[in-house]
Amino acid sequence: MPASAVFILDLKGKPLISRDYRGDVEMSVIDKFLPLVMDNEEEGLMTPILIHEKVTFIYLKHRNIYLVATAIKNANVAVIFSFLHRIIEVFQEYFKEMEEESIRDNFVIIYELMDELMDYGYPQTTESKILKEYITQESHKLQITPSVPDAVTNAVSWRKQGIKYRKNEVFLDVIESVNLLVSANAQVLQSEIVGSVKMNVHLTGMPELRLGLNDKILFENTGRTRSKAVELEDVKFHQCVRLSRFENDRTISFVPPDGEFELMSYRLNTQVKPLIWVESVIERHSHSRVEYLIKAKGQFKRRSTANDVEILIPVPADADTPRHRCTAGTATYAPEKNALSWKIKSFPGGKEYVLRAHFGLPSVQSEEGEGRPPISVKFEIPYFTTSGIQVRYLKIIEKSGYQALPWVRYITQNGDYQLRTH
Amino acid sequence: MSDAKYFTTTKKGELAELRADLQGDKRDKKKDAIKKIIANMTVGKDVSSLFPDIVNCMQTDNLELKKLVYLYLMNYAKSQPDLAILAVNTFSKDCEDPNPLIRALAVRTMGCIRVDKITEYLCDPLRKCLKDEDPYVRKTAAVCVAKLHDINSQLVEEQGFLDLLRELLSDSVPMVVANAVASLAEISETSPAAADLGELDTPAINKLLTALNECTEWGQVFILDSISNYHPSEEREAQSICERVTPRLSHANAAVVLSAVKVLMQMMDILPQDSGYLQGLTRKLAPPLVTLLSTEAEIQYVALRNINLIVQKRPEILRDEIKVFFVKYNDPIYVKLEKLDVMIRLCTSQNISSILSELKEYATEVDVDFVRKSVRAIGRCAIKVESSADKCVSTLVDLIQTKVTYVVQEAIVVIKDIFRKYPNQYEGIISTLCQNLDSLDEPDARASMIWILGEYCDRIDEVEEILGSFLEGFQDENPQVQLQLLTAVVKLFLKKPTTTQELVQMVLTKATQDTDNPDLRDRGYIYWRLLSTDPAAAKEVVLAEKPVISEETDLLEPSLLDELLCHISTLASVYHKPPSAFVEGKIPVRKITLDKRPQQSESETTEDQPPEQLSAVSSDTQPTPPQDPQDPGTGDLLGDLLSLDLPSYNAAPPTIGGGGGLAEFDMLSGGIGGLQLGGPLGGGMVTAPPPASMAGLGMDFFSLSAPAPQPNNLVAPKTVWLNSTQGKGLEISGTFARRNGKVFLDATFTNKALGPMSDFAIQFNKNSFGLAPAAQLYVQSPLFPNQPFNTSLELVTGGVVMLMNPLDLLQVAVKNNVGVFYFSCNIPAYTLFVEDGKMDRKVFLSSWKELPSSNEVQKTLSYPLADLDSVKTKLEANNVFIIAERTVGEDMQVLLYVSTKLINGLTVLGELKILRNGQTTLSLKTNAMNVVPLVQSSLDAILSQ
Repeated sequence: MPASAVFILDLKGKPLISRDYRGDVEMSVIDKFLPLVMDNEEEGLMTPILIHEKVTFIYLKHRNIYLVATAIKNANVAVIFSFLHRIIEVFQEYFKEMEEESIRDNFVIIYELMDELMDYGYPQTTESKILKEYITQESHKLQITPSVPDAVTNAVSWRKQGIKYRKNEVFLDVIESVNLLVSANAQVLQSEIVGSVKMNVHLTGMPELRLGLNDKILFENTGRTRSKAVELEDVKFHQCVRLSRFENDRTISFVPPDGEFELMSYRLNTQVKPLIWVESVIERHSHSRVEYLIKAKGQFKRRSTANDVEILIPVPADADTPRHRCTAGTATYAPEKNALSWKIKSFPGGKEYVLRAHFGLPSVQSEEGEGRPPISVKFEIPYFTTSGIQVRYLKIIEKSGYQALPWVRYITQNGDYQLRTH
Repeated sequence: MSDAKYFTTTKKGELAELRADLQGDKRDKKKDAIKKIIANMTVGKDVSSLFPDIVNCMQTDNLELKKLVYLYLMNYAKSQPDLAILAVNTFSKDCEDPNPLIRALAVRTMGCIRVDKITEYLCDPLRKCLKDEDPYVRKTAAVCVAKLHDINSQLVEEQGFLDLLRELLSDSVPMVVANAVASLAEISETSPAAADLGELDTPAINKLLTALNECTEWGQVFILDSISNYHPSEEREAQSICERVTPRLSHANAAVVLSAVKVLMQMMDILPQDSGYLQGLTRKLAPPLVTLLSTEAEIQYVALRNINLIVQKRPEILRDEIKVFFVKYNDPIYVKLEKLDVMIRLCTSQNISSILSELKEYATEVDVDFVRKSVRAIGRCAIKVESSADKCVSTLVDLIQTKVTYVVQEAIVVIKDIFRKYPNQYEGIISTLCQNLDSLDEPDARASMIWILGEYCDRIDEVEEILGSFLEGFQDENPQVQLQLLTAVVKLFLKKPTTTQELVQMVLTKATQDTDNPDLRDRGYIYWRLLSTDPAAAKEVVLAEKPVISEETDLLEPSLLDELLCHISTLASVYHKPPSAFVEGKIPVRKITLDKRPQQSESETTEDQPPEQLSAVSSDTQPTPPQDPQDPGTGDLLGDLLSLDLPSYNAAPPTIGGGGGLAEFDMLSGGIGGLQLGGPLGGGMVTAPPPASMAGLGMDFFSLSAPAPQPNNLVAPKTVWLNSTQGKGLEISGTFARRNGKVFLDATFTNKALGPMSDFAIQFNKNSFGLAPAAQLYVQSPLFPNQPFNTSLELVTGGVVMLMNPLDLLQVAVKNNVGVFYFSCNIPAYTLFVEDGKMDRKVFLSSWKELPSSNEVQKTLSYPLADLDSVKTKLEANNVFIIAERTVGEDMQVLLYVSTKLINGLTVLGELKILRNGQTTLSLKTNAMNVVPLVQSSLDAILSQ
């Protein structure tokens, strides 16, 4: 099930750094990788898993590098992909951005990390906060030999002992992203909320936290059926949360990592109206012009306001001479995206705005067909969650008995928010 | 400070300079030198000549330096095996360093130095590290055992490391447990000796489940993957495993979720299928699977490939979630294609309209592959959901109007399938299709169009001209198109003989004289002879009614599906191929997986055709039947040999598509069958008898030709089950026999390869009678080249029962050091008649009366019987018991009443009516009608000895 080797390649397929974990695959096989990717791309068969003779390449692309794992056994691909994504996270923690230059600049520590992250193809310690305890860029300056933090093998493998803060605080952000898919005839095909509870923990010692939400199942279990509750369809937790406890009595209890992390995510389907509704009338007069009439409406509470709204209206690649006017905000033609971007700084609930645009089209039509990309919308609504989820309490217990303050913020934003056009 | 500078220098004499720095005593210079060396190594320059100098630097107390040196050693030790031994001493020393980080580093690196020579020196340090007080060292040592095992398995097994590893399963630190379990799983996968040790028992599983809650996410995956190989002894245990694994579905790591799903899918098979618990579990599985679609695209892809398998097994899990599989504009193409597949799998008459409107939308996108697949999907909807067919067809017609060539061609291919499924319903659209003849340039589309023309030639104006124009370029067409053209013209001739004589003459000439393609030529000759000898028979053959095509065209064969579900989240589940198809040599032979192992031939054929390739499948129907790979039911060679062309009938429903293909199919098989039986060509063979009795016929065939043995237990002569090509040199021939009340598999293993073979083992797939080997297979090991070895394997019942088609089909896997091979054979029912099958007279009488006449099957034997006494002896010798004998009527016909009991307890009652003139009628009565053909052919075989 394990990976044989991990490579980091530049865009030309040249290895920047690699680590052979199992010695069962010739490292030179990587020369076959990029040609294989190219061939597949040409045939339109792009898959993130490629096979060359008996060797499987499992890869992803990140900025200007490829991250490739090889395998000859029946490897667990889900593990390998999660691991490759985790490598990126860890490297970003270490050197801000993971790209060709930063790899070259830090190759010594990357070797060290690769040694620690995976052993014989099996992922090991991948918590960057803990890794930083004993794999540091500055170790040679300190001249003291680091040792293994207990956390590596502890049941609590994500938090080190002996953290101290003068002021004990916890920041909780509840962020909901709305995924929406609307068909060309204005039918909502899919509408779901992907929520995320992010924390920034500044707490001393080994605190024990308990988070209370207005979880419908919990309320039903405890007989509180009157209160307003939210039905979370699928909840995913950071590894610090005791899953069996949650399964038993829906209690979210955990010893948090230090600093920032995502505590949980959840998903639910909603029947609520799409927060920002966009209607479009597009008239194409081929060989001469195309006209757009776009109506945007804020379908949320009047006292809330959406900030930084951007409605991206795709236009043909060969459109020219843009002309537009709108009742609010500003519109700009972004030829590099083949789109018209309509930005509205502040969009109160219940309001409706209109944009009219007109583009010229060349008299000769281009050979290749163009797809019909959907209209996409970006927005942010603070102090508001679509689902109605609420943090009821956050209990913090530490043996030294300090008081700590939780701060909670709510925000709703767009996720994958698409409205198809005719 | 950036490390990039280490890459810069490339001047001459650099190596000498570096060597000097290494030998010097300035620590900073030393470190810089090593960094430069590593940088050189990274960009692929050979710095192996510095090996001795680097080894000298090993003994340092600077951790960073030590790590770099170790890194260097790992890279170059293999090329300098003699020098590598110099490092051993330091490794041993470092394994006792007070700092656990260094101990672990040493033991980790040690295992990566894949030099056989030094392996034995590593045993002592490794043993110490496995018992180290620091868990970090123990967890590293646990993995090292697997590394060492890979280099020298014998050493590891002899030195008792496996026991030490097993002890770590009870370690107090979860991460150690997780690594130990991963290591153990890997070792037992590759080594048969370790397989027993790797087998987990209930207490071990409980320990793992406890560790599960507290180890890292990766450790959780290792543990879950191990548990998924475990076979609980009872339902309660399965349920308790489920209860403890279910919380993992809420883990943020997709790999943990998928591995948990894998365990649950395994356990669900064991749970009672109607229990409320199972239904609850089914409901719990949907949300995490849906959430996987919000992860990174690559993981989505893996998830979708797995979901594709999961919904084939348990569609109810995601039945109501169809909308999450709707394609988004910015999904990568590989995600789009997979979503499309899952959508079709989940399509039902309830959700079909929303799916159709999506597909229509997709068909107008720009990505050619995606568009093609969407069009194909519309066709599949039409075939799957009858009520939607009208809508689908009109959608397809709309799409044809777009005149986009690849859309038109794809649409025509699927329309052909729709015609096959719903004959005579949509001829109205043929004229639209005919308008697009010119734009068809792909063989698939041309072949499909020609099939449609041939099939409906009596309703198309000027069809002669159209086919005629195709004929002009006959030579340049793809073979598949040529075959279709040939058939279409013959069909046309049969329907309009007056005007098309010339045309048919032309096509027959072209097909038989101007071609090198044997398929085409043979088909041409057979048509020709048919038409010239018996046009009526030709009509019956060529225009025969075609069997109904199946709704689910691309379902994986169930045993393969079960096997793949054991491999959820691995490459096998992404490729939809069993690991043996892409992993060399070492294959786990575990009961739990082998039970579910499919026969190899279909794993080869079925998944080589990606599920989406409906039309690829349909094109298969055109080639000649005997080599036809399309049949998912009995892809084995044996089936082909024994029953010749039968697979097409034995197969549950024939694969979709292929239109005309099937007609020719019948014809050809008729032809061959006719030749064999010496009967008239073609004719009645088209109305093929039901599958089982045909299999029986195959058996008759060989039992007839068998040299008549003494009239006791009937034993068929050995036939070749696995030929040496399939078996990579191993040939197996065998038969079944009943001796002393036991069933035996008697086989001859012959080594036709050049080298010796060893380590033989055998497994059966689930079968209709639950037969399983009673003991290990004994084959002399090593088996030398050209050496035959006769072995006898006792079989017992009690294995898992699964109805096979035909019932007597037994799929067998044989393993040796070369690989695993699959073949199938038929167990003659007479070996399954048990000794205590004699029924009490009264019971017989009442049972005979109770059974309705609909449960009676009669057959007239085609050969005269010998004298009555020998008939009786023969029957009794084979456990067919005479209950009563009567002589009646003027012509003194003899009535023999017999009973027999099959190994699974089914009883069959029989009546043999023997007339004076020797003519004999055999009637069988039973509750289980599906065994009748088996018993019938067995009695046939016994009596005809």
